[in-house]
Amino acid sequence: MKKEYNITVFSENHIGLLTRITIVFTRRKVNIDSLTVSESALPGIYKFTIVINSTEEQVIKIVGQIEKQIDVLKAFYHTNDEMIYQEIALYKVPTEALFENDTIEKVVRNSGARILEIAREYTVIEKTGHKEETQELFEELNKIKVMQFIRSGRVALTRDPIERLSEFLKERDALLESLD
Amino acid sequence: MTKRKVSGSQAVILSLLEEGVDTIFGYPGGAIMPIYDALYDHDKNVKHILTRHEQGAAHAAEGYAKITGKAGVCFVTSGPGATNLITGIADAMIDSTPLVCITGQVASPLLGTDAFQESDVVGISIPVTKWNYQITTPEEIPEAIAQAFYIAQTGRPGPVLLDITKDAQFGELEFEYKKCRKIRSYVPEPQIDPFKVKEAAEIIDAAKKPMLLFGQGVIIAQAEEELKAFVEKTGIPAAWTLLGLSAMPTDHPLNVGMLGMHGNYGPNLLTNEADVIIAVGMRFDDRVTGKVPAYAPQAKIIHLEVDPSEINKIKRADVAVLGNAKKTLKMLTDNVKPNRHDEWLNRFNECRVIENEKIIHKDLFPEKPGLTMGEVIRIAGDKTNHEAILVTDVGQHQMVASRYFKFRQSRSNVTSGGLGTMGFGLPASMGAQLGAPDRTVIAVIGDGGFQMTIQELGTIAQNKLPVKIIVLNNNFLGMVRQWQQLFFEKRYSFTELQNPDFITIGKGFGIDGHKVTVRDDLEKGIQKMIDHDGPYLLEVVIEKEDNVFPMVPSGASVSDIILEPGTPKG
Repeated sequence: MKKEYNITVFSENHIGLLTRITIVFTRRKVNIDSLTVSESALPGIYKFTIVINSTEEQVIKIVGQIEKQIDVLKAFYHTNDEMIYQEIALYKVPTEALFENDTIEKVVRNSGARILEIAREYTVIEKTGHKEETQELFEELNKIKVMQFIRSGRVALTRDPIERLSEFLKERDALLESLD
Repeated sequence: MTKRKVSGSQAVILSLLEEGVDTIFGYPGGAIMPIYDALYDHDKNVKHILTRHEQGAAHAAEGYAKITGKAGVCFVTSGPGATNLITGIADAMIDSTPLVCITGQVASPLLGTDAFQESDVVGISIPVTKWNYQITTPEEIPEAIAQAFYIAQTGRPGPVLLDITKDAQFGELEFEYKKCRKIRSYVPEPQIDPFKVKEAAEIIDAAKKPMLLFGQGVIIAQAEEELKAFVEKTGIPAAWTLLGLSAMPTDHPLNVGMLGMHGNYGPNLLTNEADVIIAVGMRFDDRVTGKVPAYAPQAKIIHLEVDPSEINKIKRADVAVLGNAKKTLKMLTDNVKPNRHDEWLNRFNECRVIENEKIIHKDLFPEKPGLTMGEVIRIAGDKTNHEAILVTDVGQHQMVASRYFKFRQSRSNVTSGGLGTMGFGLPASMGAQLGAPDRTVIAVIGDGGFQMTIQELGTIAQNKLPVKIIVLNNNFLGMVRQWQQLFFEKRYSFTELQNPDFITIGKGFGIDGHKVTVRDDLEKGIQKMIDHDGPYLLEVVIEKEDNVFPMVPSGASVSDIILEPGTPKG
C-alpha cells in the first residue's frame, strides 16, 4: 500500500551528492514530493528530508541504495505518524484588501498565521503547518487575492527520544578505530 | 615520507606508483596531455597500453582487474575521451569490477562554459560509478587518488572516476602520499553477526535438500578454499552464476553446474525442489531467477553477502549473513555438522544424464556436418588442459563457452555479465593477458561483438599480446536470432550480417590467423593457434542457425526450463 514516507539522510558535505541521491529516485521513477537540505546540528554533516509517496517495500530498497553511496553516513525512513513535521508558507496579498474589510485579519488570527511585512502595495503573511493547513489558508486568502505564494519543503523530527545520528556516529567512530 | 614540490600531473603518476599500479590503459588528448607528459618519464616503472578507442581501454582495464583483483587504471582525455569510457564503466559497475578512471578536464575557469572538449563527465558518470570526484587544485590529487583506490578495491568493488582539470595538472603542490585506510561515511564490509551465522547453521543442519549458489563474491573475497571446505563438510551441491564461474573446479563432485537462463538442467529444475538455498556472493539476477514469484518459493533462503542493499532486493532472505564471504563461510563451516546428501546429489546427476543425452553430447560431439560452438569450446579447453583463461564476449558463444570450457583454477573466467556488453571480449582479453602474462588467454567472441571493438587488434599487435582469439562466426547476431526464432515467429529482423574476411583483416593488423570451415580442420586449427608464438586469430565458421539449450524462457519459472524447442517442460 502506498503512503507518505519521510526519508532522512545524513551525509558529508560533498558536491554532487544531491544528484547521487536524487538519481536513486529517478531511476525507479519515484517522484520526490518535497526535499529539504541543510546543515545538521553537527558541523559538516548535512541532513536531507525527502518526502515520497510509495510502498514500504520500495522505501526500504531506496534507503538501502542511498546508504550505499560513499558519502552518505546514514539514512532512515519514517511514516508521518512517527514524525513531527512542518512546512512554512508565505503569502503575498494586496495591502488594500486588509483595509477594505476584516476578512484577512480574521483568517490570519484564526489560522495562527502571522504578518511578516507590510508595504504600501503588499502584505506578506507567514504560516507554518502541515501542507493541508497551509493549503487551506491559501484557499481562504485567495478568495480575496493571493499575489504570490510559496511553500517550503518539509522539516521533520522523529518522535524518538534519542538522537539516532549521535548514537550512530559513536558506533561508527568505534568501528573505524577498530580498523586501525 | 618527506614532502617534495612536484606538478599536479607528476603527483598523479607518483600516487599511482604508490598504489602499486604497473599497467595503465589509455588514450591521450588535449586535456590530459600534462599527465601523459609526466608519464613519459616513468615508462620503466609503469606500462602504458595505447588502445585504439577509449571503450577498449575501459574493457581492457576490466579484464586486468578481473584477473589480478587489483583496480584497472585508465587515462583518457575530456569530452569524447571521457564519454567513450562510459560503457566500460557501466559494465564495471554492474559486475563489481574495480577501476580507477582518470579523465582530463578543461581548465577550471572554463568549467560550465561549453569549452572545447568539455563534457560534464562527473555528472554523466554518477549513476555508473561507485564514487567520483572532480579535482580542480593540485593539492587535492594525492588524497583523492588514495581514496579512489580504497573505494574501488574494498568491500563490493566498483569503478571510480577522477576528473582532473588541466590547471590542476599544471599547478604545483608539496607532494606527500598516504594510503587511505578509512572513510567515515563508508564501511566496506559490514560486521559479522555471529548469531546470524548460528541461525543459518541450524537451518543448514536440518535441511534435507540444500543447495548452494555461488557468485563472484566468492572470487572477490578470495573465498574459494572456504567455499570448498563448506560444501565438502556438508555435502551440499553447489551451482554457479555466470560470474561465479571458475571459483570451484569444474570436476569437483559437488559442482553441479551453471544457474540461469542457459545454465544446466539440474540446478535450474531442482531450485524449485530445494528446501534450503544458501546464496553466497550473488545477487539473484533475473537471468538466474527467471520469474521471481515462481523462484524457489518453497525454500528457506540464507544469503551471505557483503553489500547490505542486496539483501531482500530481489529474493527475501530468511537469514542474511552480512560480511566478507571468506570470513562468513569459514564461520559457517565451523558451525555446521558434517553431513552428506547423496540421494539429493544424485538427483543432479540424473538431470545431468538427461541433459547429456538431449543436449550436451550433441553439442560437443556433433554428427551433423555443420560445426557447433560446443565442439570448438571442448577442443580449446582440452588442448589447454583446462588451465587457460577464458574471455568471452556476449551472446550465444558466451553461454556455450561458459557451459563447456572447464576450469581448474579460480580467476580464469572474464566476461560481461550484468551489462551484457557486446564488444567487451577482445579488449578485455588484452587486460587479462597483461594481468597474467604467463597464462594462455583464449578469447571466444562472436562475429557480431568482434566487429564492435575489432580495432583493438591493433593494440594487441603493437604490444605483442599473445591472445588466442577464436571468432565463432555464424553470420548472425545469434542470440537475437534465436529469440526471433523461438519467440518472434522466425521474423529475423536485422540479425543477419555480411561479414568481412576476418583473416585478411587480422593480417592487415599483423596478426596471423586461419579460417576453419570443416570438422577435419578444427583440431589442427586450434592446435596451431595454441602453439603459435604471439597473437592468433582463428575464425571458425559454425552452423548458421544453432540454438543454445537448455533455456529458461524469459519470464518463465526456472523449473520450466526447456531442453529443446517446443517442449513446454523438460
